[in-house]
Amino acid sequence: MTENKLNPKTPYQDLTIGGNIYDAGNAKEFKTGDWRSQRPVWIEEKCKQCGLCWPVCPDDAIPVTKEKKRTDFNYDACKGCMVCAKVCPFKAIEKEV
Amino acid sequence: MGIRERLSGNEAVAIAMKQINPDVVAAFPITPSTEIPQYFSTFVNNGQVDTNFVAVESEHSAMSACIGSEAAGARTMTATSANGLSLMWEMIYIASSLRLPIVLSLVNRAVSGPLNIHNDHSDAMGARDSGWIQLFSENNQEAYDNTIMANRIAEHEDVLLPLMVCQDGFITSHSIENIELIEDEKVKEFVGKYTPKHYLLDDKNPMAIGPLDLQSYLFEHKAQQAIAMKNAKKVILEVSKEFEKMTGRKYGLFEEYKLDDAEYVVVCMNSTAGTVKQTIDELREKGIKAGLLKVRVFRPFPGEEIAKALSNAKVVAILDKADSLNGQGGALYEDVVSGMYNEKLTIPTVNYIYGIGGRDTTSKDIEKVYEDLIEINKSNKLENPYRYLGLRGDK
Amino acid sequence: MAYNLQEVMVNKPSRLTSGHRMCAGCGAPAVARMVLRALKPEDHAVIANATGCMEVSTFIYPYTAWTDSFIHTAFECAGATLSGTEAAYQSMKAQGKLPKDKETKFIAFGGDGGTYDIGLQSLSGAMERGHDMVYVCYDNGAYMNTGIQRSSATPKFADTTTSPAGSVIPGKMQNRKDLTKIMVGHHIPYAAQTLAMTNFKDLYEKAEKAIYTEGPAFLNIMAPCPRGWGYNTEDLMVINKLAADTCYWPLYEVVDGKYHITYKPAKKLPIEEFLKPQKRFKHMFKPGNEWMIKEFQEEVDRRWEELLELEQLTNKEN
Repeated sequence: MTENKLNPKTPYQDLTIGGNIYDAGNAKEFKTGDWRSQRPVWIEEKCKQCGLCWPVCPDDAIPVTKEKKRTDFNYDACKGCMVCAKVCPFKAIEKEV
Repeated sequence: MGIRERLSGNEAVAIAMKQINPDVVAAFPITPSTEIPQYFSTFVNNGQVDTNFVAVESEHSAMSACIGSEAAGARTMTATSANGLSLMWEMIYIASSLRLPIVLSLVNRAVSGPLNIHNDHSDAMGARDSGWIQLFSENNQEAYDNTIMANRIAEHEDVLLPLMVCQDGFITSHSIENIELIEDEKVKEFVGKYTPKHYLLDDKNPMAIGPLDLQSYLFEHKAQQAIAMKNAKKVILEVSKEFEKMTGRKYGLFEEYKLDDAEYVVVCMNSTAGTVKQTIDELREKGIKAGLLKVRVFRPFPGEEIAKALSNAKVVAILDKADSLNGQGGALYEDVVSGMYNEKLTIPTVNYIYGIGGRDTTSKDIEKVYEDLIEINKSNKLENPYRYLGLRGDK
Repeated sequence: MAYNLQEVMVNKPSRLTSGHRMCAGCGAPAVARMVLRALKPEDHAVIANATGCMEVSTFIYPYTAWTDSFIHTAFECAGATLSGTEAAYQSMKAQGKLPKDKETKFIAFGGDGGTYDIGLQSLSGAMERGHDMVYVCYDNGAYMNTGIQRSSATPKFADTTTSPAGSVIPGKMQNRKDLTKIMVGHHIPYAAQTLAMTNFKDLYEKAEKAIYTEGPAFLNIMAPCPRGWGYNTEDLMVINKLAADTCYWPLYEVVDGKYHITYKPAKKLPIEEFLKPQKRFKHMFKPGNEWMIKEFQEEVDRRWEELLELEQLTNKEN
């Protein structure tokens, strides 16, 4: 993660005016994984790559390859809501105990 | 040589806007500024401008749409008065904090209540801390000239603040006066193209405007605004100098009328200055050294410069066309006095609240002010520095 | 083009990144992201957002989760703000100040507070003026950002912090406003109601129509709030499905005045199924409060029947 050069130590002269941000989408540098109180675990063998878990994720934490396949969770983003686990028809996402 | 015309203040502003040819005008009618969007939409519908006119459903939406438009990268203008500005309230602060150089024609009128459609400065004075540049105009010519200069000042990279051009409702907005207009081509060249560095419609460089700005940042962003406001002073003077080169009409932060050797000085804004000038001429004939300081630039406030210009006066009267209802004095008075204090200028000053809700202020009233000043000087006594002019029952 | 979830997954980039601060399991981000996926990848968008949960958690200085241009001004004026941006686009495009071959689309998001209530006027104005934009309401049925206060979108009897289920007054005592119909009353070319169901087909297709219909369009999308509604976060999609299957939240669109119900549950479920998992309706299940469930059901039925009749009346093909 590259440190945002706009940070609480930046003097006012160096902050963007009006609070504008010119680096659209830079929130992906901001990690929310530490919010997690439950951890989903992807069981690759059980996964049929149906895709249903992917759009429900509020945090864009399920990466998809060009081959239309999901890969393992982005745990830097995942907040552990478990919505994905609930929608999986194949029980391929489990709650870590 | 410009074009001689006879126009009302509203017409003059509308014509200035036509010559500026902004990309967007979003406005909602309110007396006495209604004519501006009326005239302007005629220009739009007759194909005389390239502007997209957005006939919004309220002033709140007018300013919101102006913000959306200016942020998009479009030169954007609007007009309003009194309660219209009140309804914009939330948005005028947002416009300035987002650093959007919107230009607003404010035709000054009393803010309700009770309801009154006539002139005073309570609308502009309420917005004095909103981060907008405020220029005041004595007559149609000044309203027109200030409008022509407005975009240049607001859009300057050291400024990037919205700007309101004020003129007195009905008194100048609806009175037809002689005026000298600048040729269209000259205005176009003077105003130039609007080329913001960052704008929403730049698809190659998408940007985000209007964050949640918490404890670690808002203070710094406000300081940036305050510095931009200070920078505006220099930019206003530069643009005014260039304007003078084009038209021969000279503008500063304020106008001095027979001030050099004046012992008794009135400080005021907008159309009252005309009445004061006439009164001064009459008093001068009687050998009374009367003078005027007419504030053109109220925000940023030129406190230091005003104090220096007043340093030879014996007594000063500051006329406020809005009461601050604070038990202490009007806004112009307080700013002038604090400017004087910083410059260690301790001459007697007296504040008059006058002209509220369109109450006429005649040369007789102004004469009375000068008589008071002479009396204060003679008796060396100033018992009530916060007083009224033209109020029934006032003792 | 027929909807294919796998194709969307690969070909439509996410335009709302991770790293936003919406609550875990919030119903809104997935909805917003799928609406934006309906954009052609080559098109630029300007997103406006009314103040609310979504805004204060997606653009906290110095981080923005939006990959397109984005503007937030205030609570009640996303419609007006974006109408100004769209007006600027039309003006500058006509003057040749913007590239000719590049399309920009305009999409506003607001919660039910910013849309049904404080922002209704500015939304109405923007729709009436005919700006080429889409206004998306993500309706979570209360002012969630300030801590679950009732709105005009809050369903009757719901327990909120300003309509608490008390011993005398059992929750909110008024029916919810039907905003979608108010928007239909503006005679705009496209208005629809949807939610996130299974593979998001209904939502995606409506978003695509809304974005690529010329002129103003309105989408009302139910977006459950686990905190405000009081259910387990993992049940988001279960709650959505129940809203559709009980006909609490009918899925339909109105194209040039013609109603089309896009989802008619094979078996309309009793409203208890939707109410039961949510704490905000818990008091309705206490002995002696059966009348509340009955009344709720009657209102759902009345509105569903009315919708069926409107479809019959305006759209004979269905």
